[in-house]
Amino acid sequence: MDNMRWRALVYVTPKDGILDPQGKAVQQSLQALGYPEVGEVRIGKYMELKLADVSRESAETRVREMCERLLANRVIEDFRFEIEAIT
Amino acid sequence: MRWGVITFPGSNDDAQTAWVLEHLLGESVVRLWHKDTTLDDLDCVVLPGGFSYGDYLRCGAMGRFSPIMRAVGEFAAAGRLVLGICNGFQILCEAGLLPGALIRNRGLSFLCQRVRVRVENAESAFTNRCRHGDVLDLPIKHGEGCYVADETTLQAVEAGRQVLLRYTDTEGRVTPGANPNGSLGAIAGIRNARGNVFGMMPHPEHACERLVGGEDGRKIFLSIMAAAGVTAEPVSSKVVSGP
Repeated sequence: MDNMRWRALVYVTPKDGILDPQGKAVQQSLQALGYPEVGEVRIGKYMELKLADVSRESAETRVREMCERLLANRVIEDFRFEIEAIT
Repeated sequence: MRWGVITFPGSNDDAQTAWVLEHLLGESVVRLWHKDTTLDDLDCVVLPGGFSYGDYLRCGAMGRFSPIMRAVGEFAAAGRLVLGICNGFQILCEAGLLPGALIRNRGLSFLCQRVRVRVENAESAFTNRCRHGDVLDLPIKHGEGCYVADETTLQAVEAGRQVLLRYTDTEGRVTPGANPNGSLGAIAGIRNARGNVFGMMPHPEHACERLVGGEDGRKIFLSIMAAAGVTAEPVSSKVVSGP
């Protein structure tokens, strides 16, 4: 079990209330392209991490730590992640 | 006094900062590489502008994990003076040595222009050679200079008079048009609660010679020298100086 390989899918998004000028520009472009139904657009980041030689539990703990220490800046960003087995 | 100027991979204002300190102000400068691990015998360390680690992930996000940053943290904790300019400001925020964060400019574009900033607190180690309300003429050059922080943090930094510089027009008025990047509170420079760490987006090192359009930047370096107990040359008292 400890030797399983995992893929962590990490999503980092701007916190609610934090200005997202990219999202705003994309929203305006979509509306100009004829999609008036588009409300707010928020742009974040998607990262894929491959992990080996850890248990699922340890992978979850450590990916959370990676997010808190480097992958996201908690002042401006939220994060969430999923961990799936690589078969 | 002895200054340290750190070069991170991607720094590009390190040489200019050292030039100003050594050749214009006659100071002693130690050039430091980001892999150095000690800041012995320095009075002030400068994190210069640039694009450390190519701004990958977030501006300053990798720079804060450079080996030298552990020493910078200890240096700051010991109450010594730390100045971060532009990318240096971003690194100090990422490192948690300054509150808040710097995000993409409101207008998305990279900005390279002159701005005016008003001195909000002239009793700091970084602005004591200015007068309260002085308007400085300094250049900016950044894509991610929009200062943000949560409401609680903003209230705390305002109450603690930690905002040292604010974007204004030439008359020293805070207006939407004078805020180039959308920074909350028009904040251009902020210090920590203890008062020994300061970050600013404008570049004082690029405004120290008439040849390049002004000398207002000297006031920041001369303030630090005064705070460190070095006798500094008198600074002109004019409120606004142009090219």
